Amino acid sequence: MEKYKNTSHLKRQMQIDALFRISTRFFAFFVLAMLLGILFSLLVGSLPALKHFGWGFLTSTEWDPVAENFGALVPIYGTLMTSFIALLIGVPVSFGIALFLTELSPPWLKRPLGIAVELLAGIPSIIYGMWGLFVFAPWFGDHIQPWIIDNMGELPLIGFLFQGAPMGIGIFTAGLILAIMVIPFIASVMRDVFEVVPPMLKESAYGLGATTWEVVRNVVLPYTKTGVIGGIMLGLGRALGETMAVTFVIGNSTIFASGLFDAGNSIASSLANEFAEATSELHLSALISLGLILFFITFVVLACSKLLLLQLKKQEGRHS
Amino acid sequence: MEQSLTRTGKANAVKDKSFSRNNMVYRKRRLINIFNMGASTLAMVFGLFWLFWILWTLLRFGIEGMSTEVFTQITPPPGSQGGLANAIVGSLQMTFFGTLIGTPIGILAGVYLAEYGNRGWLAPATRFINDILLSAPSIVIGLFIYEVYVISVGHFSGWAGSLALSLLVIPVVVRTTENMLRLVPNSLREAAIALGAPQWKVTMYVTLRSAKAGVITGILLAVARISGETAPLLFTALNNQFWSDMNQPMANLPIVIFQFAMSPYEDWHRLAWAGALLITLSVLTLNIVARWMGRQKTQSH
Repeated sequence: MEKYKNTSHLKRQMQIDALFRISTRFFAFFVLAMLLGILFSLLVGSLPALKHFGWGFLTSTEWDPVAENFGALVPIYGTLMTSFIALLIGVPVSFGIALFLTELSPPWLKRPLGIAVELLAGIPSIIYGMWGLFVFAPWFGDHIQPWIIDNMGELPLIGFLFQGAPMGIGIFTAGLILAIMVIPFIASVMRDVFEVVPPMLKESAYGLGATTWEVVRNVVLPYTKTGVIGGIMLGLGRALGETMAVTFVIGNSTIFASGLFDAGNSIASSLANEFAEATSELHLSALISLGLILFFITFVVLACSKLLLLQLKKQEGRHS
Repeated sequence: MEQSLTRTGKANAVKDKSFSRNNMVYRKRRLINIFNMGASTLAMVFGLFWLFWILWTLLRFGIEGMSTEVFTQITPPPGSQGGLANAIVGSLQMTFFGTLIGTPIGILAGVYLAEYGNRGWLAPATRFINDILLSAPSIVIGLFIYEVYVISVGHFSGWAGSLALSLLVIPVVVRTTENMLRLVPNSLREAAIALGAPQWKVTMYVTLRSAKAGVITGILLAVARISGETAPLLFTALNNQFWSDMNQPMANLPIVIFQFAMSPYEDWHRLAWAGALLITLSVLTLNIVARWMGRQKTQSH
């Protein structure tokens, strides 16, 4: 009787165990399925527009909800351009911050500064947008932009980038705010990878009489190359998909403009502005196609970033 | 004598020359170093400058817009008195349900990755995809919920918003749960198994319990992330000027802020700033509490 009870108890435990394993496995699979589901639903939603416009959708600058004529080039250009500006400003600054935090900062300052940078990452994107629209854009348009337009608008070759009216908002402002938003992400990845450099390598270089900069340039950077690029790609992934901050300050114009100070449009901001108001099926489908393009671009960028960071981890394991 | 003198003189001259050349090289290296370190310090100042500018703006306009009506009255039409009460409650409700739906899924998936994830194809693939979902554009998540939920139900609703937020919670919780479970020493697991505990008891009563603080940190970080999110709510919860239940379009702070800030009305702007201050304060507080808990955990190890 006693023995019988024990085996049944054991059996029940084994059943619960199997159930537990299967359910955790199911939810791990669920995460995978989420990605596939997103991809599939976007594909289904974008089919009507893609069928209607074909490959021309990617190259047309037309965006006319009334005539139902849609092309994705203006938003794609806006997304890529703002992200490019964000990296152009954000990468050197993040590098400087990471360098300061790992090599220069006195130990008692490291923690508070690290927390401050992380706070910058914690501020919701809508706050950046509001601040950009109400505080930064008017100041920039009144004080900085006229000077740039006067002094750089006449330059050969790149002059056309700086022409236009000093409105404050536009592609450049969006890029700058994106830069501020991605700095904490890139800087914290860079700081983390700089810290994995074995101290012995750095100390050997210092022992040979290298300056701090030479140690960073010739020891730290070569060692962490893949990690640094991975961090930059992560920042790029964030910048590409950022919605609210850009929507506030980019100007939301559907006309193609080459200048940095002109109003433009990004994929995310067109979605944010038009989606809830879109009524025709073709308009909705064109917007979903934009979402699909955005998802595809960010997926590729983030996957590259992840692979590079994984590579650094492997390398780290081999060295130690 | 004279010869030897000139010889030493010559040698000295040669030495001087190489010395001065070396000196120049040193000076150049030092200058480059000083310049770059200066640039690095400036970069730090540059980063902090924006942080303080944004926080100062937020405090100035936010405190100006703050009043008791903000918490007691519902969102007004332009030109009349009102507050943000329905938006605050809507945000709290959606964040609560989003976390409630997302957390168990995230924890179970994280348990799989940490406890069963050492072999097979599923765990590495899930880990990889999870990291991508972690920084995937949140507006796309909103599109996804619109496609699969809003269209099939036929209207925007608070539930759709909660679902979209829960999809953002999952990757954060998966990540931290796995990391925290991996910090639990294997000897603890082995001790429990040696006592004859089945795997589910080992996980639920030993490993998860000892990683509790870390897992809660992850959940708090996830809540901090979703309480500031606007983009995924745009086409799921939409907005509502009045009180509503979860089955109707629902007011929430981020979208009310978006709508009010983009409007031309002065009094709407004031409410938007008050809302912005509320959101930022709660997000930053959550972040700090989460970090503090995380530190407690690592110190006790």
